Amino acid sequence: MILSVVEQFPVLVIVVSLLSAFTILIAGWLNKKSCWVISFATILVQLVMAVFILHHVLTVGTIHYWLGGWSPPWGIEYVVDALNAYILVIVLSLALICVTYSKRSIAHELPQKIVSFYTLYQLLVTGLCGVTVTGDIFNMYVFIEIFSLSAYALIASRGKIALKASFTYLVLGSIGACFFLLGIGFLYSVTGSLNMHDLSLILPPLYENKVVQAAFVFFVVGLSIKMALFPLHTWLPDAHSFAPSEISAMLSGIIIEVSTYALIRVSFSVYTVAFIKLLPIFDFLCWVAAFGIIIGSVLAIAQYNLKRMLAYSSVSQMGYIMLAVGLSTSTHSALWGGLTPALMHILNHALMKGCLFLVAGAFIYKAELWNITDFQGLGRKMPYTCAAFMLAAISMIGVPPSVGFVSKVYIILACLESGKFIFVAVMLLSSLLNLVYFWRVIETMYMKRGEGEERSHSHSSSSKIDEIPLSMLIPVLTLAGLCIIMGVVWLTEIPLPILDQVNALFGLGRYAIP
Amino acid sequence: MIDWSFGGGIFIAKYNYWISILLMLIGFYAMIAKGNLLKKVIGLNIFQTAIILFFVSLGDATLGSWGKGVTEPIVKGTLPWAAGGIVEHGVVYANPLPHVLMLTAIVVGAATTAVALALIIRMYEEYGTIEEEEIIEKERELGV
Amino acid sequence: MEQLIPIPYRPLLAILCPAIGSIFIVLFGKRPNIRESWTMLASIAQFLIVFSMVPIVIGGNGEPIKYTLFTAFPSVDFGFSVDAFGLIFAITSSFLWILVSSYSIGYMRSLHEHAQTRYYFCFCWAIFGAVGVALSGNLFTMFVFYEILTVSTYPLVAHDQTPEALFAGRKYLAYLLTAGGFFLAAVVITYYFTGTTDFVTGGIPNLASEASRTALMALFALFLLGFMKAAWMPFHSWLPTAMVAPTPVSALLHAVAVVKAGVFGIVRVVCYIYGVDLMHGLGLGLVLACLATFTIIVANLFALAQDNLKRRLAYSTINQLSLIIFGVALLSPEGIEGAMMHIPFHGFMKITLFMCAGAIIVVSGKKNISEMAGIGKEMPVTMIAFTIGALGMCALPPTAGYITHHFFVHGCEEAGGTMSFFPYVLLIAAILDVMYFFPIIYTAFFAKSEGSSGSKINEAPLFMLVPIAITATVSIIFFFYPDLFHISELVETAVSSLGGVHP
Repeated sequence: MILSVVEQFPVLVIVVSLLSAFTILIAGWLNKKSCWVISFATILVQLVMAVFILHHVLTVGTIHYWLGGWSPPWGIEYVVDALNAYILVIVLSLALICVTYSKRSIAHELPQKIVSFYTLYQLLVTGLCGVTVTGDIFNMYVFIEIFSLSAYALIASRGKIALKASFTYLVLGSIGACFFLLGIGFLYSVTGSLNMHDLSLILPPLYENKVVQAAFVFFVVGLSIKMALFPLHTWLPDAHSFAPSEISAMLSGIIIEVSTYALIRVSFSVYTVAFIKLLPIFDFLCWVAAFGIIIGSVLAIAQYNLKRMLAYSSVSQMGYIMLAVGLSTSTHSALWGGLTPALMHILNHALMKGCLFLVAGAFIYKAELWNITDFQGLGRKMPYTCAAFMLAAISMIGVPPSVGFVSKVYIILACLESGKFIFVAVMLLSSLLNLVYFWRVIETMYMKRGEGEERSHSHSSSSKIDEIPLSMLIPVLTLAGLCIIMGVVWLTEIPLPILDQVNALFGLGRYAIP
Repeated sequence: MIDWSFGGGIFIAKYNYWISILLMLIGFYAMIAKGNLLKKVIGLNIFQTAIILFFVSLGDATLGSWGKGVTEPIVKGTLPWAAGGIVEHGVVYANPLPHVLMLTAIVVGAATTAVALALIIRMYEEYGTIEEEEIIEKERELGV
Repeated sequence: MEQLIPIPYRPLLAILCPAIGSIFIVLFGKRPNIRESWTMLASIAQFLIVFSMVPIVIGGNGEPIKYTLFTAFPSVDFGFSVDAFGLIFAITSSFLWILVSSYSIGYMRSLHEHAQTRYYFCFCWAIFGAVGVALSGNLFTMFVFYEILTVSTYPLVAHDQTPEALFAGRKYLAYLLTAGGFFLAAVVITYYFTGTTDFVTGGIPNLASEASRTALMALFALFLLGFMKAAWMPFHSWLPTAMVAPTPVSALLHAVAVVKAGVFGIVRVVCYIYGVDLMHGLGLGLVLACLATFTIIVANLFALAQDNLKRRLAYSTINQLSLIIFGVALLSPEGIEGAMMHIPFHGFMKITLFMCAGAIIVVSGKKNISEMAGIGKEMPVTMIAFTIGALGMCALPPTAGYITHHFFVHGCEEAGGTMSFFPYVLLIAAILDVMYFFPIIYTAFFAKSEGSSGSKINEAPLFMLVPIAITATVSIIFFFYPDLFHISELVETAVSSLGGVHP
């Protein structure tokens, strides 16, 4: 089998990243400063490869790569179709932004641990990419564990209370992964195969089999823990709020999203739409997600710690994504049908929440500000950072033409088409709750005066501008800008063909067989 | 081979599954109910081991398999090593694939345990205890 | 002009004026003179571009100028469609922006307000939103600008940054963004039913056939809730609270741009989404009329009880806004004509009143009516302008208010049936108007001030006085010559193209 260069990329994305992780470890002994450079360069190369992969997938077709030349179903196969390629680009883009940001902030926060931080970070990226590109379900489990283990360690890196948060995540995350493994075992016991495509061919006659159905439930529950779907989200607030900010951004923007990807992949590539229509699981998921949306937002309102508030907001946002996934089998429109809203929101949430967590990190970096009530006057002190926060926050609220608005409209349209009007109300209510807790922050930053702060009449007020370094500011501003730009881009429907291909792949949306 | 009739036989014939389910529940209980972090890790280990046991017993021709599939070789014919649990030349082979998979799972489990233990050690250094309740209390005292 | 800017680009350019202006305002934030000349420049440019579209629209027999940026959903474009009705609102907002810019300069400098760059910046974006609402070609585009308008006004409302102002800002956002949620739901449901959100003269044709009667009723309720900006009761309380904002903000935004955007939206929905026939068929006209008259009367009663001048004016605004809604609710050509005309007319009159209130604050710091005894001798020009505005509110000649009330009464007759009862309500409302405006005039001119500081003339700076004089004069000119700015011609064009209006 002769492969074009691009068709080698799926495995190279993993290999390069993995090798780089160990290179960092070794290079770090010699020179601590090299760690960041290697990590940054690797992720940049990976991103370029991912973009090539996406292009190839869209123009030529799905990439199949057989590891070691073993043909499936015996060997491990990497399969990259439109869905993975899209997720891969998101993963690596945010990873690149976070690593750029981390240069100064890690040097400031964890000066002793630079080497191990970047080693683990690179392993995390490896795991995330691995989950994304693999076409073998057991291999997926292994990669899930790889990224989870690196995430546990990274979350704990600040020590103290973060240790406890990390431990909780570890216990729950392991349970989730074990459930996933159990699901694999169930499937294997009835099919004898681990290759996703192979499974999807063997399974259809067995859909009535209780073992197959139980396996699906195990997958859903296991991955729901990993993606912090309400009510299995209990690990998330602590983990998000006590991790270093770039890791919070990764956790919220990518890690839980990749778990969602895994669920989508299992649901539609291993099982199929026909199976999902057999069981009411997706309807159930919709309701769970709706509760998650509301309760996540309400809990966010109760928080005073910014990062914790953002963490609860993530719970609510995962509800959005899962609601969209849940609706995906009952919509048939060419535009908002199928997985389009869900995948759209995966990207949008990565942009918004990534930005917000990085901004939260900036406040901590500059002045150890954790609580919202301490943000008085920040609007003048850190104008660019605060402006970025505001852009991302109004995106979360869903003010047009931001990304949040586009997601909201698409999900609402999907709700309407599937006739579930109650979820329209949920969506609208949730954007109001978002308003409440984000506006509180904006108001404090811009409008509230600190005690004793005189009402300054002149423009050149006493508070000097005290911004974060450029290497942190650029990532923040990039994400904030993208929150608005991508919103317009979505509205122009330029990226929709990618999502349309995903629907075509799974027979969803307008490709659904009525 | 496949007996789905809900006779008493299922409990005995499929004892391997019952054992692994029992172990799983024990592990699960330990993880949830025990306040001692170390006990939680032990629970986690039991849980993982139960799953490993489940997989391993799948491979065995006399115990494994609910449906078709596993007992059939993934490669039929002359490759004896790939013949999972079938009688070839009068010898019963176990399907090696689940066993190989479990090597990976064991490694993962070991890594998880290692990370968990490392966290516990650091917490012990930090708080002087590994009881969950006490740690939470100390955190509250520190006012986080 | 035609060679200078091709016609289809003009709506876009008109919208972009404040956006570009805002960038320069931030860039020159440290140099007030340059910063404020950018505001002036942007406002004048915008007005000229908007005004240049008038002859084209009038000449085109109701054919709108269309410009599409991109297609967001099938048959939902993000784009503009400038018709006569939209132009009326756009002209009002953009012309008054020029005057208010000048007024702002005087006001903000006299009071040494803080954060002036933010103020001018947000003002630009508010106008961006308002004119965007006016020129947008469908509900979806309108919604986008509507939300931008809401968000960009918040910093203006909370400008003082006192706890009171912050509370007002919070209340403002809570009301208006909730409304935005309802509006969005209404837009999406409309799209779901009909597959389009375009404004069609006479209503979207397939709306009636696609949705059940109940659904249409519910949808209309959603629209009404969405247009909470129109401050109809009982969802009005954000408006008096928002009066803590600097006076130019109250003047332009809370008498013209923001609240009129709400009213404008209701007119759009009634005439261009539902269509007059369907409204008749559903009996929604009467419902809307009752809602409007309820608001008119109750708002006037509330106004009587206010001592703070700006708050009293705010209640008067609520009353007048509902008057516009009432005009539309008559569903008769004259009623709609009156409603459309009242948008600019009331804009000019109410802005006069607000600017006078601001001038009084600048000169004497007085906010309450009871303190204003004898102020007419101190500030004769201001108070004469105020009197003109007040006469307009009471619908007395020779002011623009008389003209529109004339239309409303005729509209009632035209509509007939139950509607012919409503002129009496209008009469009561007018009497109430007199009851709370004339005491102010009396206090200002005839009451003796206690610590009489003599009758030394002490007017506001020229930057403020000139706009006041202009708007007051225009309010009178409208009485004699309603076609100033081609307003009445535009109204004729808009109403005549509505078609199927009931006799």
